[in-house]
Amino acid sequence: MNETVSSLGNTGSAQANHWKKLLGDGLWHNNPATVQLLGLCPLLAVSNTTINGLSLGIATAFTVLLSNILVSATKRFLVPEIRIPTYVIIISGIVTIVGLLMNAFAHDMYLRLGIFIPLIITNCAILARAEAFASRNPVFESAIDGIATGAGFAAVLIALGAIRELIGHGTLLADAHLLFGTSPLPPLIDLGEHYRGLLIAILPPGAFVLFGLLLVLKNLCTQEKDRQ
Amino acid sequence: MDSSKLLLSHKHGIVLACFALVTTLVLATTQCATSNRIQRNEELRIQNTLTEILPPQIYDLPLQQNAVEFLDLTANKNRTCYIATLDGRFSGVVITATAADGYSGDIEMLVGIMADGTVSGVRVTKHSETPGLGDAIELQRSDWIKGFDGKNLTTPVESRWTVKKQQGEFDQFTGATITPRAVVKEVKNTLLFFESVKPQLLNYE
Repeated sequence: MNETVSSLGNTGSAQANHWKKLLGDGLWHNNPATVQLLGLCPLLAVSNTTINGLSLGIATAFTVLLSNILVSATKRFLVPEIRIPTYVIIISGIVTIVGLLMNAFAHDMYLRLGIFIPLIITNCAILARAEAFASRNPVFESAIDGIATGAGFAAVLIALGAIRELIGHGTLLADAHLLFGTSPLPPLIDLGEHYRGLLIAILPPGAFVLFGLLLVLKNLCTQEKDRQ
Repeated sequence: MDSSKLLLSHKHGIVLACFALVTTLVLATTQCATSNRIQRNEELRIQNTLTEILPPQIYDLPLQQNAVEFLDLTANKNRTCYIATLDGRFSGVVITATAADGYSGDIEMLVGIMADGTVSGVRVTKHSETPGLGDAIELQRSDWIKGFDGKNLTTPVESRWTVKKQQGEFDQFTGATITPRAVVKEVKNTLLFFESVKPQLLNYE
């Protein structure tokens, strides 16, 4: 019965069961952010520093992994007519738990990410994986797909965060202690006090422009590969 | 609706209810397991800010235990005062303050004031000013907020309680005048409020 559910953004590559291909899809060929262009709101809003991007990346990856596993494990109870509300219950449950855990164990980071933690629920990349993959594939493969999708999304968040932080603040990996709970560490790269920073990079318009440039780069790479 | 369809929709309802029930149970468990730690985190955060802006040696009871609401008649809103006492005598206070005329949204602050009316420290606890410009009011970004330490209503004189651009005492930031001006104004208002409630604070047991 599950095979007959309508397909939503399902592609040939998503049905592949070889885990290497799954990883390649999530990270590159079918990356949720740069290819499917899903979940862009948190992506653009939170990627103003590397550590913010990394933190939201981890939280999102954890959510998509758990949601894929749970949807796949319970797929024989899923009724096609009510599958979307069921996914929403599962995903929002996971996100709430992630939020509570972050609040308890990474409190400063929780305060910095603010509204974007509960908003993980609305990240359609997660719902898309539940619908297109987890609801029609075994648990193990769904878990691999969850890791691949989550890592792919996190990679884009980190990359964009690093670019924006470097241009906007002149630092890289500043405030790492907010996530790792250690004593304050110096940034990996610091262009120093005299670097004033290009403010546009950390403001929302800069996020759009830089993400556009990132897409150009990605598409150029893909084209180059196709030509070979 | 024929009976088989009705039966089917009942079944759907039950399945959905089961999912909701299991999720609720898991959520409730997590909530119970983390609530103590979350509460401790929040208390610790407030306490850290309080000790930063009011020297710990001037009080012998935890400030959070002496939190009292007072009505600010000028702004017509309540302010929370964390009252510091030493040997039962009033020694200082931390007052919540909100600057509403920042560049974007409210700027929430805590202002520490010693019994003699001198500012012992100011911290911004919540704001949504422009990153890279207005956010220099955060201690993490710059030391500007420490410029209030040791100031009171007579030093500088009242007319100089604003930014340098308006012949005041306090620095503005390159490209941002509105944010620091709003903070300076609100710190001054808080000092005025302090003077108005001082009699009540002195009698506080």
